[in-house]
Amino acid sequence: MSSILYDAAGPRTRRRTLAWSIVGALFVLALLFLAYRQLDEHGQWETERWQVFWDPPMGQSAEDVWRSLLVTGLGATLRAAGVAAVIALVGGLVLAVARMSGTRLVRVPVTTVVEFFRGLPVVLLMFFGVFALELSFFWGVVFGLVIYNSAIFAEILRAGIMSLPKGQAEAAYAVGLTRWQTLFSILLPQAVRRMLPSLVSQLVVLLKDTSLGFIIAYSELLRQLQTNTQFFGQRYWFQFFVVGAAIYIAVNFTLSRLAVYLERRGTTKAAGGVAKAAEPVGGKVGGGEAGSSV
Amino acid sequence: MDAVIDELPLYWEGFRTTLSLTLLSAVIALVLGTILGSFRVSPVPTLRWFGTAYVELVRNTPLTLVFIFFVFVAPQLGWTPSDFFAPAVVALSVYTAAFVCEAIRSGINSVGVGQAEASRAIGLTFPQTLRLIVLPQAFRTVIPPLINIFIALTKNSSVAGGFFVAELFGVGKQLTNAHPGDVIAVLLGVAVCYLVITIPAGLLAGYVERKVVFAR
Repeated sequence: MSSILYDAAGPRTRRRTLAWSIVGALFVLALLFLAYRQLDEHGQWETERWQVFWDPPMGQSAEDVWRSLLVTGLGATLRAAGVAAVIALVGGLVLAVARMSGTRLVRVPVTTVVEFFRGLPVVLLMFFGVFALELSFFWGVVFGLVIYNSAIFAEILRAGIMSLPKGQAEAAYAVGLTRWQTLFSILLPQAVRRMLPSLVSQLVVLLKDTSLGFIIAYSELLRQLQTNTQFFGQRYWFQFFVVGAAIYIAVNFTLSRLAVYLERRGTTKAAGGVAKAAEPVGGKVGGGEAGSSV
Repeated sequence: MDAVIDELPLYWEGFRTTLSLTLLSAVIALVLGTILGSFRVSPVPTLRWFGTAYVELVRNTPLTLVFIFFVFVAPQLGWTPSDFFAPAVVALSVYTAAFVCEAIRSGINSVGVGQAEASRAIGLTFPQTLRLIVLPQAFRTVIPPLINIFIALTKNSSVAGGFFVAELFGVGKQLTNAHPGDVIAVLLGVAVCYLVITIPAGLLAGYVERKVVFAR
């Protein structure tokens, strides 16, 4: 309800808001009704179609269906996402450090590489991994995710370090720490902490991007949906779509909530503590980076 | 390398398809996202909820799943388009609109409180305040994030290549089959075509961002 756009309403405005609320509700209901009727006309609500999830035809058991979705499908999705996330975080750290290196010989090529990979579609990188580097489908997917997300993680970490007050590094040098000590014991811990929400929302993006494996024929969750509809018939597409979407949304929603929770915890800490100065700039940069990886 | 030069017309064809896919979806997503964005800041609760639900739902759904809906599921629900271009545009617009909506909402929140207060004080109504005072100012701060969203859209349009549209990535797939000996060169060609769009757009976003920061 926190908006700058309107004051607390008086009686007349409240009545008008109520009227518009009803109009809005009718609009939403009309949309839902249209969707419902469209589905009904094509027989999507028939029990027989949904039965595939508890009493499937063609000699399959419900367990087979759910196993193919949750164990084979979601399992493959999470495995690829997990492996890719770990490698990409390490890669991002290395790239971020290299990009801030004092030597131009290191900094310039690394910057070029980061910019290069940030501008490419992930699915193209996966495809490159499978067909040019002849990796397996699994490692092709991981390859694409790692290359792209390392570049993004590097940018997030760099933005985090840049948003720290200058005094942090200056004080560290003043007490005699070396460049590396300053980076690893002073700057990075604060940067990671500050950028934790951005990092987690990028992890959600990474998890979503595993679905691109569908296009290069890695048998993740969405491929399993397709395999099932190929087996049971195209007429079950809607039902399998609904279940697949529900699984994806449930997993991602949990991760997104985590990001919001961390963000809230971070801001309460910052409000009482030190690191407030760079908030607008740092926040903008972080948001921009996350936004660029839609 | 010869493969790339021989197939230049096909690359050009793919490049044009990617561009039209991106531009068309960008325009639709911009309109849809602005409407959703104004829903999200409106005083009417039901519209606010609708906007929030839409954004949350779409942001947690992978684009591939949206494509699956419009390409494989929609025909089961009675929508059978004649080609694969139309469903690709719809999928990309529906997906991108959620991100446009968020960018516009944060842009609106960045406009000074005094602006809306002043416009109320001179008696403008809510739609007038939004249309004449707040949105024109919001759009300016919103331009850099919007450009970033459209860069992402350009890259996302490659998903259409996996769903039977012959845009750049689709062309890349096709050429990989045709020239199995030149895979690296063929795919590098595709990569260059994408970078031709994304890198200048990224530089533009950075430039505009600096301009806007100074103007404030």
